[in-house]
Amino acid sequence: MSAVGHVARSARSAGIAARRADFPALHQQVHGKPLAYLDSAASAQRPQAVIDAMVAHERRNHANVHRGVHQLSQRSTDAYEGAREKVRRYINASGSDEIIFTRGTTEAINLVASSFGRMRLGPGDEVLVTWMEHHSNIVPWQMICEQTGARLVAAPITDTGELDPEAFHRLLCDRTRIVAAVHVSNALGTINPVREMIEAAHGVGAAVLLDGAQATPHMPIDVQALDCDFYAFSGHKAFGPTGIGVLYGKRALLDAMPPYQGGGEMIRTVTFEKTTYNSLPCKYEAGTQNITGAVGLGAAIDYLSGIDFAELARHEADLLDYATERLLELPGIRLIGTAGAKASVISFTLGNIHAHDLGTVVDMEGVAIRTGHHCAMPVMERFGVPATARASFALYNDRGDVDQLLAGLSRAAEIFL
Amino acid sequence: MNELQELYREVILDHNRQPRNFGTLANADRVVEGVNPLCGDRMKLYVNLDGERVSDIRFTGAGCAISVASSSLMTEKAKGTSIGELRSLFDRVHEMLTGDGSGAGPDLEELDKLAALSGVRAYPTRVKCATLAWHALIGAISGSQDRISTE
Repeated sequence: MSAVGHVARSARSAGIAARRADFPALHQQVHGKPLAYLDSAASAQRPQAVIDAMVAHERRNHANVHRGVHQLSQRSTDAYEGAREKVRRYINASGSDEIIFTRGTTEAINLVASSFGRMRLGPGDEVLVTWMEHHSNIVPWQMICEQTGARLVAAPITDTGELDPEAFHRLLCDRTRIVAAVHVSNALGTINPVREMIEAAHGVGAAVLLDGAQATPHMPIDVQALDCDFYAFSGHKAFGPTGIGVLYGKRALLDAMPPYQGGGEMIRTVTFEKTTYNSLPCKYEAGTQNITGAVGLGAAIDYLSGIDFAELARHEADLLDYATERLLELPGIRLIGTAGAKASVISFTLGNIHAHDLGTVVDMEGVAIRTGHHCAMPVMERFGVPATARASFALYNDRGDVDQLLAGLSRAAEIFL
Repeated sequence: MNELQELYREVILDHNRQPRNFGTLANADRVVEGVNPLCGDRMKLYVNLDGERVSDIRFTGAGCAISVASSSLMTEKAKGTSIGELRSLFDRVHEMLTGDGSGAGPDLEELDKLAALSGVRAYPTRVKCATLAWHALIGAISGSQDRISTE
């Protein structure tokens, strides 16, 4: 029995390992070395199936959606709305009218900050974020707070890079109108206890927006189980194209909020005296949308739907453990972000070598990592570093990529330390 | 010499480990801050002038090896040099770092130690690390009180 179980597990492991072959960009040399792509948290590579779906749409089906009576417009509309339905199913929204296509996570958050903010925020109100937010979940709130007289409050994080739960509960109060928090931190890898946070926020009558950009490529998302009010994510971090993203919102809120941008598609009738708005989701999709992007995102979701997420979690946990262990062998290594619940992201510094020098040296070894402040300057400030190097792992990485990173870092140590 | 040794030459590594003229100048005639918003490099330049000549110069800040070494080499060269000469030197350094190599290019021998920075040209993403100190210098000798940004 256990032997059979073992064989089955190995077969599934081979399944994940074989996924690397699906991503054409990974099979090339950089500076004469095989590419080890460890920057998926910035942007993931795309499988051939996504590239093919977009090319096929461009070659045969492209036309504007929801407008024409002709054949191509119908095909394009079917593909676009089909992608919306795939997203709905993937994150388990109750209806596809709760799925708004945006340019990405950033635009989704700006939409909520602007529309929800205009509807709900006023002087004395508070918006609660965390210290581990990406700038895209700080700045839109700062902007709407300036306009409405509301106050932006940030919940502190601990030395391990975890949300300080006591402080979070203390800061959450009857002035809090919305909690905007990252599901998985891009700079630290921390997975936030979002269920508890949502429950607590609802307890004081606040709505919750989750920035899911880093969560969607790693774990299944069920917005109804989470009971979040808004969920935002990007196509390109989840093996889809850039320029397309998703805002999920609860229907009652999306219905009540004012439109974000005005233009075509979002209207029902227009006269110079008065315009009436279209119903969901079109109300929030002014202008011609990124149709091919939506098709690509739909294909990426098809691809993700074929992944065994339990197996993926084991695969990524193995990579994270192995990389952590190997990194800790290096004298002078400092890991930034050591949360108990962590996605496959490792931020680190090595001695006093600046992250950009590390990035350049490992690039010469064929290794792509991110270096800098990761659009999370408050996190850098919290840990007293100007920048970190960050290796992030996706389903297509393997231990060989980690070994190549280590070879590059050893080279950097030889040069600088 | 391999590509990395071409970038991180011994002169660069030496000036990164032991930056010359590192520190502040009390009551400096000119103080200018330089930032590279893209990578977070940050430096502050303190300059004393004796007429048309830089009589003393110091810098503080944190940055990558290229930016620290470039600042250090720049201050070494700037001390005792006239403002006019520094402006012309800036042009030549800029040409060395960003030129496409089509023209004759600057005389590297004449640039002396600064020529150690020429390897940066092969790394377009790193050019701003090397030019930051020079932009700050031009800001300082032009009497700018603003923050100098590479963007």
